[in-house]
Amino acid sequence: MTGLEIDGVSKRYGDVVALREMTFDVRPGELFGFVGSNGAGKTTTMRIALGVLSADAGEVRYDGVPVTHETRRHIGYMPEERGLYPKMKVAEQLTYLARLHGMPAADARASAEKWTERLGVAGRRDDEVQKLSLGNQQRVQLAAALVHEPRILVLDEPFSGLDPVAVDVMSQVLKEKAAEGVPVVFSSHQLDLVERLCDRVGIVRSGQMVARGTVDELRAGGAVRLRVDVPEAGDGWAEGLPGVKVLGRTGPVTELELGEGADDQAVLKAALATGPVREFAREQPSLADLFRSVVTHQEVPA
Amino acid sequence: MSTPVPDVRMSPAAAVGLVASREIGTRVKSKAFRVSTVIMLLLIVVGIVLIKLIAGGGGADSTVGYTPATAPLSAPLKAGGQAVDEKIDLVQVADEAAGRAKLADGSIDALLTGDGRSVHVQVKKNLDGKLANVLQLLSQQVAVNQQIVALGGDPARFQAAIASAKFVEDPPLEKPYDYNGQQLVLGIIAGILIYLSLMINGQTVAQGVVEEKTSRVVELLLSTIKPWQLMAGKVLGIGVVGLIQMLVIGIGGVVAGLATNVLTISVSAAVGTVIWLVVWYLLGFFMYSIVFAALGALVSRQEDVGGATMPALMFVIAGYVIGISVLPSDPGNTFVEVLSVIPVFSPTLMPMRLAMGGVPVWEAVMSVGLVVLLIPALIWLAARIYRNAVMRTGAKVKLRDALRAA
Repeated sequence: MTGLEIDGVSKRYGDVVALREMTFDVRPGELFGFVGSNGAGKTTTMRIALGVLSADAGEVRYDGVPVTHETRRHIGYMPEERGLYPKMKVAEQLTYLARLHGMPAADARASAEKWTERLGVAGRRDDEVQKLSLGNQQRVQLAAALVHEPRILVLDEPFSGLDPVAVDVMSQVLKEKAAEGVPVVFSSHQLDLVERLCDRVGIVRSGQMVARGTVDELRAGGAVRLRVDVPEAGDGWAEGLPGVKVLGRTGPVTELELGEGADDQAVLKAALATGPVREFAREQPSLADLFRSVVTHQEVPA
Repeated sequence: MSTPVPDVRMSPAAAVGLVASREIGTRVKSKAFRVSTVIMLLLIVVGIVLIKLIAGGGGADSTVGYTPATAPLSAPLKAGGQAVDEKIDLVQVADEAAGRAKLADGSIDALLTGDGRSVHVQVKKNLDGKLANVLQLLSQQVAVNQQIVALGGDPARFQAAIASAKFVEDPPLEKPYDYNGQQLVLGIIAGILIYLSLMINGQTVAQGVVEEKTSRVVELLLSTIKPWQLMAGKVLGIGVVGLIQMLVIGIGGVVAGLATNVLTISVSAAVGTVIWLVVWYLLGFFMYSIVFAALGALVSRQEDVGGATMPALMFVIAGYVIGISVLPSDPGNTFVEVLSVIPVFSPTLMPMRLAMGGVPVWEAVMSVGLVVLLIPALIWLAARIYRNAVMRTGAKVKLRDALRAA
């Protein structure tokens, strides 16, 4: 069972390579977090998936079949550049967008009603979009992505600019959609949110997917970190241990990184040799740590 | 859920129709549209009524009083006035004193005094120039009659002979078109209407394109429909709105004109003018607005719309200015005749000429045909520019880049 597949998509603007063989897949019922620095190619990838941009090479498939203009109407899209007609009323606008995606008029109206209700903007249905606060405009924007009951969701930075309550509503909606079997892919710079919400994560750098998997899988690939509280040890107590790199020391606490073949028990022995050890802990790197190490350390193969 | 995804079948026509109906819906509902239509209609109707009040009074140009002694002069005076298109009403007064009283209170403009053997006239202040000319003719006639009597002739027979003497014109080699004054006015009005609606609706198209670009809604739209469908829907929708406005104004104006008898040309000629107006509005609108849509797509801010559409607007303005400055005084001008068949100028010039009349059928057909032929080429070109430029926000996209980029 395949969901949305991005397969070897490349794109260049003149001499600038925007995407280099971008490849990943989002399975049905899965929340996929798409992270990367600004300009790494996330938006370009999404635009290509939506057919707004054309790729130089590669293919976008859904259910094993290349996405066509017709199947594209099943995608719910939230562009990075938020956009709605400023002078059109909320409900009219959502109904129009649903109909543009092929929904019959009556269903479109009912759906617009349902989603404004669900996203807490029901009271503003007959107001022009420009009269809404930015937060509410964002909710309407999400409603615009959902109003035609899409089978795929592609959301570019859906959480940016939302207050915590709106973030919760948005997270809840995305989880529900995934539970219905919809593949959901979204990009975000709020890595804690991505870590909490997503089943799998893809990290992009310079137009390439450099790491992808569940957060745990990504952690397994990264180096192990140790946090050792040794109040009586002198500087450099851990120097010279094979495969161990000292990241820094703040007060009595030393941060270490264990490389290939390093033995944490050897570190513990060395620590005990200096005197009492108050804390000896393996640190779980957060997604933000993983992201930083992936984006700054790895070289992109030419 | 592994059911295969059914395609959402929406025909291109349905997509274009949806976009067009949104344009029509939002614009017709807007206050600006209703207010401007009502104002333009009112202006036309009020204008017609004013023309009626000013020109159509039917009263005499001047009123002249005569005494019993000057009564023989009254008939030749009236006849002389008719010859120079001056309508003179004559009023008999009891004597010169009574006549002077009428002069003083303004109920007559001039009084014929004296014994009637020569022409004497008295006015309150100034003698009207045209009336003076008529009186001069009258006095010459009186002098001639007196000479004829002195020579033993009969003034009545002399006048009859003069009146019956006419030259005979052989049929001309080419039959000139007899331009009717009312049709000239109709032509000018048609020109103004076409010009205004091309300017207003063409700009509306460009602004609509930029609105979608500025608000970024275009990305959402293009994720479900194709660029050409969006462009075609917009042009069609705004075109229909403009047409509604044009029909309301055109029909309102003609009905008002016919009802008040300001327009005395036949109903069929009036209807013909309106039909030609509509045909040329449609041709001109579609030709220019797709160009405006493409040019509008090049810029991202409303302030830049004017600059971007200027090159195309120049043709509209040039055609209108040439037409309005040359045609009223010289409807058969050869230069304008040639220009009016060239597609970029025909939408402004041809409807004026058609309303004025006297356009050979082949010219009317050829100008329509050329525009109809040009439109598909423009659509192709505009769709290409639009597709390449509409997603690029920021600085103005160079026309050359938009044409080249795939």
